[in-house]
Amino acid sequence: MKRRAFAICVASACAFGPALAVNPDEKLADPTLEARALALSREIRCVVCQNQSIDDSNAPLAADMRVIVRERIAAGDGDAEVKNFLVSRYGNFVLLRPPMRADTWFLWFGPALFLIAGAAGFAAYLRRPAIPASQAVPELSADERRRLEELERRGGA
Amino acid sequence: MAPELGQMSIMLALALAVVQSIAPLVGAMRRDLVLMRLGDSLAVGQLSFVAFAFGALCYAFLISDFSVRVVAENSHTLQPALYKFAGTWGNHEGSMLLWAMILALFGAAVALFGKDLPTTLKARVLSVQGMIGAAFLAFIAFTSNPFDRLAPAPSEGAELNPLLQDPGLAFHPPFLYLGYVGFSMAFSFSVAALIEGRVDSAWARWVRPWALAAWCFLTIGIAMGSIWAYYELGWGGWWYWDPVENASFMPWLVGTALLHCALVVERRQTLVNWTILLGILTFSLSLIGTFLVRSGVLTSVHAFALDPARGVFILAILLGASMGALALYAWRAPALAAGPTFAPVSREGALVLNNIVLMAAAGTVFLGTFYPLLIDVIGDDKISVGPPYFQSTFAPLMLPLLLVMSVGPMLKWRKDQLPAAARKLRTPIILAGGALILASVALKSVLSAVGLALAVWLVAGALAILAQRIRAGAVAFGESARLALSLPGATLGIILGHASMGVCVAGIVAMSAWAKEDVQMLGPGEKLEISGYVFTLEDVSLAAGPNYEAERATFRVMRGGRPAAELVSERRYYPARGVETTEAGIRSNPFVNLYVALGEARDGRHVVRAYVHPLAAFIWIGALGMAAGGAISLTDRRFRLGARIRLDPAPSPARAA
Amino acid sequence: MRFSAAIPFALMALIGAGLALGLTRDPRQLPSMLIDRPLPAFDLPAIANGGGFSSADVAGKVALINVFASWCSACRVEHPTLMRLAAAKRAPIYGVDWKDKAEDGAAWLRRYGDPYVATGLDFESRLAIELGVTGAPETYIVDKSGRIRYKQIGPITDEVWAETIEPLVASLEQETGS
Repeated sequence: MKRRAFAICVASACAFGPALAVNPDEKLADPTLEARALALSREIRCVVCQNQSIDDSNAPLAADMRVIVRERIAAGDGDAEVKNFLVSRYGNFVLLRPPMRADTWFLWFGPALFLIAGAAGFAAYLRRPAIPASQAVPELSADERRRLEELERRGGA
Repeated sequence: MAPELGQMSIMLALALAVVQSIAPLVGAMRRDLVLMRLGDSLAVGQLSFVAFAFGALCYAFLISDFSVRVVAENSHTLQPALYKFAGTWGNHEGSMLLWAMILALFGAAVALFGKDLPTTLKARVLSVQGMIGAAFLAFIAFTSNPFDRLAPAPSEGAELNPLLQDPGLAFHPPFLYLGYVGFSMAFSFSVAALIEGRVDSAWARWVRPWALAAWCFLTIGIAMGSIWAYYELGWGGWWYWDPVENASFMPWLVGTALLHCALVVERRQTLVNWTILLGILTFSLSLIGTFLVRSGVLTSVHAFALDPARGVFILAILLGASMGALALYAWRAPALAAGPTFAPVSREGALVLNNIVLMAAAGTVFLGTFYPLLIDVIGDDKISVGPPYFQSTFAPLMLPLLLVMSVGPMLKWRKDQLPAAARKLRTPIILAGGALILASVALKSVLSAVGLALAVWLVAGALAILAQRIRAGAVAFGESARLALSLPGATLGIILGHASMGVCVAGIVAMSAWAKEDVQMLGPGEKLEISGYVFTLEDVSLAAGPNYEAERATFRVMRGGRPAAELVSERRYYPARGVETTEAGIRSNPFVNLYVALGEARDGRHVVRAYVHPLAAFIWIGALGMAAGGAISLTDRRFRLGARIRLDPAPSPARAA
Repeated sequence: MRFSAAIPFALMALIGAGLALGLTRDPRQLPSMLIDRPLPAFDLPAIANGGGFSSADVAGKVALINVFASWCSACRVEHPTLMRLAAAKRAPIYGVDWKDKAEDGAAWLRRYGDPYVATGLDFESRLAIELGVTGAPETYIVDKSGRIRYKQIGPITDEVWAETIEPLVASLEQETGS
């Protein structure tokens, strides 16, 4: 069903009829600038189809945003300036790479924290006192053991 | 009439599920054999009624009974029969019914095939399955009735969303659900074990095949979704880190951890608590995924039709199941016997490392998926978390996982030395090191070089397991061949699974490093060139399908003056919904995908988007290979061992060996 | 050991609380960045003879700027309310015909009525992106000093007008423009 969500996004939120992303007439002549524009477009969210970058999106508004991104790059804006231009109008929502700030700190460092917590938990586990034999997992009964051996003999052959 | 019978069936199944959730549990408590055995017939009965209801809905779709609301909203008389049929689950209500049917199927499977399970364990498992079933059947009956009637019935239906009219719909959701719902077995076994207060190796032998089967289905489901997105959406992407994709990926990651951990319980009777916890978490994540898709909490415009009552109901199911199980865990798990210890450098140690990284990875996907919601709830801002975030956090996490993947299987249980393992891995180390140096020089990109070296490392590491098991080089060739033929399924499964992961990694790296694309306006006879492939637009003609009209473009692709492929791409218009879709033209072989998508027309020319994707097929070959590895592992006769060891005090006299 | 066994439960309780709170939020509602910021400068061409307007035309008075389009079905829902507001002459409404063909927008207004004191075309989303538009219809309320004070996402219904916009317009008219 997950494709469905996408499917319906394209069908409803962008129901203007498809126009393929980055039309040829939008492209910048200078390949280095165009490469920058492309990379930047992939970091900017299409605000109409809520889960795609403007580079992936068919929505006309996304196409207009691509044009504006390219215009500003052609006019000499740096990547940060282009992003700031859009953020000051659409908020941080428009950035697919969320900014690092106090309330996104956990988002960015969470993965490392998870690893550290996992390692710490494992270390604590390894240092636990040895388990008295009486509490250990019950041994197989003689009958079970016999069956196990028999089956393993058959399984291995 | 059939819809009313279907609706009645749902109510009956619900009633049976309610009894199933209580009777066997009470029976197990009172050691009442009759009540415990009642669970079997109830589970089979529940399946029969849900299956009947599902059949009635399929029938309504196939005969285009537009007096049924979901049929009227999601089908059309001109739709091909396959899509009428698959359309049964191409909507919220029908897909929930499919979900409930698969859940009942797993319950019935325990009832029918679990003859050798300890009676009390089986009764408790069936009870827990019954509770989940009752919750979802109630959800269907009270918030999502698939048999709602329309009066008067429209003469024509609104048609299934054209983007879903694809063979992918017939297979992707059922496999995905078999995976999602299959993990309910691990959940039920975990909860039952907590109630029993006892876990032994027989328990692990039971849980592992169920978890493995669910994992295989989920792997196939995710892979098919990715393939479908790749060719249907026309953007040449294979994974978007969309919340709904993440919803299926989280249970996969935790389920992978569960499989490996169950291995430790089975062999070493240790890490029992952790395995139980993973069993609970995997299914909880499946439920969170269901909540995510159907509540509109994150992607309301895109997901299923919204009804706040549904979101609340699924949240209640999710919290009831997961918090109930986790409360039980907090209460009972400390009393469960802890198993024997092991050294950090050991097979167990490597599997724990695998688990830590997989859990951190699942946690990362969870953070990325839900952080926008958190920011929305605690502040007044909205943020987005998209692919760039996952690329910079998830990818580095995979590095230690992939490194340890080839080392783990070479380590001995309990205690081992790294130098000893390194000696066994001499060849993979040399090959991966060589690949790293070569690729860094050739590619000038450290990241891609590391990725490719890891792919080599995994494939070589998997082959090293094979070489070790057949004692290649140490004994005569004939002896090795004999050993190879008698390798147990579990060993073959590891080898295939790990090697396939390497293949998948190679595909991912190649796609991110070497994929090339171009967009041009092309008229007939005009061409564009990408990485030596020349795409020529031959002609554009009009074509008509059963329920659509299309512009069909034929492309010829040449390379070095030789024909490489003929591609056909269509832009379809479905008049019933007024929707246009793009059918990409793809020529796929293991080494390169040629991909072209026809765009809109302007002044007699068309926008054409073309891609050359080296090794793209490796991604899906790798994913399906992993699923195949799991399936081969399932054939291992040792899995059937658990079924034969009886732990309940009253052995049945009727059983002969 | 007992304590650590309860950690998963506690975490799930937190997640559950978060999801429950999340259900009360609408993911589509974007906070507007432009509240209390000056209206950007613009000059929109006409969609038919005689129209078109610029930021200068809006200056110095409390006004509504309504983003609409002929392809937008929710605009049809909103339209009768706008017609009544225009007839009541409560505040001037300026129309921005967004991502539309001029002739389609003009035909739409001829067909359903024209509530706007002036209408300009924004085919390339120049003004729309300046304003942070995410869909149509959207309505911006500008005060006498030319600052944006409110953004309505989605149709203005009679209810929205009576409960939110009308009181706001009334209080803005009390303010002295600076």
